Amino acid sequence: MNELKAMSYDLRRDVVDMIVAGKGGHIGGDMSMMDVLVTLYFKVMNISPENQDDPNRDRFILSKGHSVEALYAVLAKKGFFPIEQVISEFSKFGSKFIGHPNNKLPGIEMNSGSLGHGLPVAVGMALAGKMNGAPYRVYTIMGDGELAEGSVWEGAMSGAHYMLDNLCAVVDRNRLQISGSTEDVMHHDDLQARFEAFGWHVIQVDGHDYDALAAAFEEAEATKCRPTLLIANTVKGCGSAVMENKAAWHHHVPTSEEYEQIMSDFTARKEAALHE
Amino acid sequence: MNKIPNRQAICETLMEHAKTDRDIVVLCSDSRGSASLTPFFSAFPEQSVEVGIAEQDLVGIAAGLASCGKKPWCASPASFLSTRSYEQCKVDVAYSNTNVKLIGISGGVSYGALGMSHHSAQDIAAMSAIPNMRVYLPSDRHQTKKLVEALLQDSQGAYIRVGRNPVEDVYSEEDCPFVMDRATVLAEGTDILLVACGEMVKPAVDAAALLKAEGISAAVLDMYCVKPFDTETLLQYAARVKAVVAVEEHAPTGGMGSMVAQAVSAGCPKKVRCMALPDAPVITGTSQEVFDHYGLNAAGIAGAAKSLL
Repeated sequence: MNELKAMSYDLRRDVVDMIVAGKGGHIGGDMSMMDVLVTLYFKVMNISPENQDDPNRDRFILSKGHSVEALYAVLAKKGFFPIEQVISEFSKFGSKFIGHPNNKLPGIEMNSGSLGHGLPVAVGMALAGKMNGAPYRVYTIMGDGELAEGSVWEGAMSGAHYMLDNLCAVVDRNRLQISGSTEDVMHHDDLQARFEAFGWHVIQVDGHDYDALAAAFEEAEATKCRPTLLIANTVKGCGSAVMENKAAWHHHVPTSEEYEQIMSDFTARKEAALHE
Repeated sequence: MNKIPNRQAICETLMEHAKTDRDIVVLCSDSRGSASLTPFFSAFPEQSVEVGIAEQDLVGIAAGLASCGKKPWCASPASFLSTRSYEQCKVDVAYSNTNVKLIGISGGVSYGALGMSHHSAQDIAAMSAIPNMRVYLPSDRHQTKKLVEALLQDSQGAYIRVGRNPVEDVYSEEDCPFVMDRATVLAEGTDILLVACGEMVKPAVDAAALLKAEGISAAVLDMYCVKPFDTETLLQYAARVKAVVAVEEHAPTGGMGSMVAQAVSAGCPKKVRCMALPDAPVITGTSQEVFDHYGLNAAGIAGAAKSLL
């Protein structure tokens, strides 16, 4: 039985409800990074409503901020706010649950949305940890399309220069972006070599395999004197064949027919996870 | 008369405080020499961060440091800091509400003959348009020191523009009245009001002296706090005079002059003349040659004032 994997389908359900109620959202990337996020929040990081002001808490920045719906679902599950409130208020007039992370909400460290910001900020957080001798670790998730931003590579340089082994970045390598295949838009197939050339430890991992993800994060923590990049190989829209590997689902809102099929697929996959 | 660049005053003040406040961190983008911050890097290596020529990284890292309790001061040429890393200033500093102090060095046309790529004639407009971003242009070393000391006490982001060149004292160590976010009154007057910021304050003071010799009474305000803009003091002084002259080392739109015109037109309508750099690459020359060419000097300001009376 894989409880976290099973739970991820409940959270995917919350995401779909949020997007349907709010009439918009980046559903494909929410689904592809969900298992990485669940692993981080429920297995790896020491972040909870009880320790949110503790200077030694781990830090997380969602650099691909448009996948905020998945983050809302996970933070709600952690108890930072009620999921019912998120679903009813998301993207509505005057709502504090907007379409990108905002640190006026509990559990969110930094605002994001403009791509390419997370890694430099994470470098700063990790550097502060080194300066203060603090034990926390810093995590960020970037999109693969996001890697075309030059600031990502500025952060990659400084993270390695300052030997920030308390920093672990994840690329949600779902291979699709809004215009189509990442390799057609701007290729990243030599991603591992690129980051290794910048001085990073790089781990390739199945971004939907909970055991493999846990092992990868352990390896990252054990790696000294350099930061680690996890290339999480994922499926955009993961959870339902309706959405999977379809660029059009970058920010498509399900029709009522699609909604029924997606929810049915989630139920089936949850059942399967419970019997793994 | 002392001639000390304001950037040097920033370094000296930060060094004084860094001894006891170990959370003060200075970040540079291969700009420590230009920023006069080499002494800080030498004296406090553990509180210094070099990011290389990477202004986006500079501001992003600073925001990350600030979010973990550090007090980062980033120094980089104003031209690059205010445009290359504009989005980081907007999102990572102002929007995320991190305590990052952004020091735009060699502001305005300080770099003289190096051309428009190195001039920052748009930084006041750009930075002022960001919600939750404060903008300061201190006029001399004494005011710079007071400003830095005040900014060390708060926990909100701010952009501070200083020039590259030594500037004459406007104030003295004994006489430097300073109230945070309130314009400083340098002269009382009843005919005309001169409002200036940064390196234009000294010529405005000198212009008032020229006008006085001709029997014209000019009030002078040092609007070092461009944002939050001190509308109250401005209107208080504008109400007493016949016209207002605003002077700045900036493009003619969106800067302090635009703010003066906006406030005066709403609060006590009367003629306002905005003196600024042109909406064009400036002529090649030293700062002073450029200022003289465009009439941004005591004689030019006095002439503009007289034309309004």
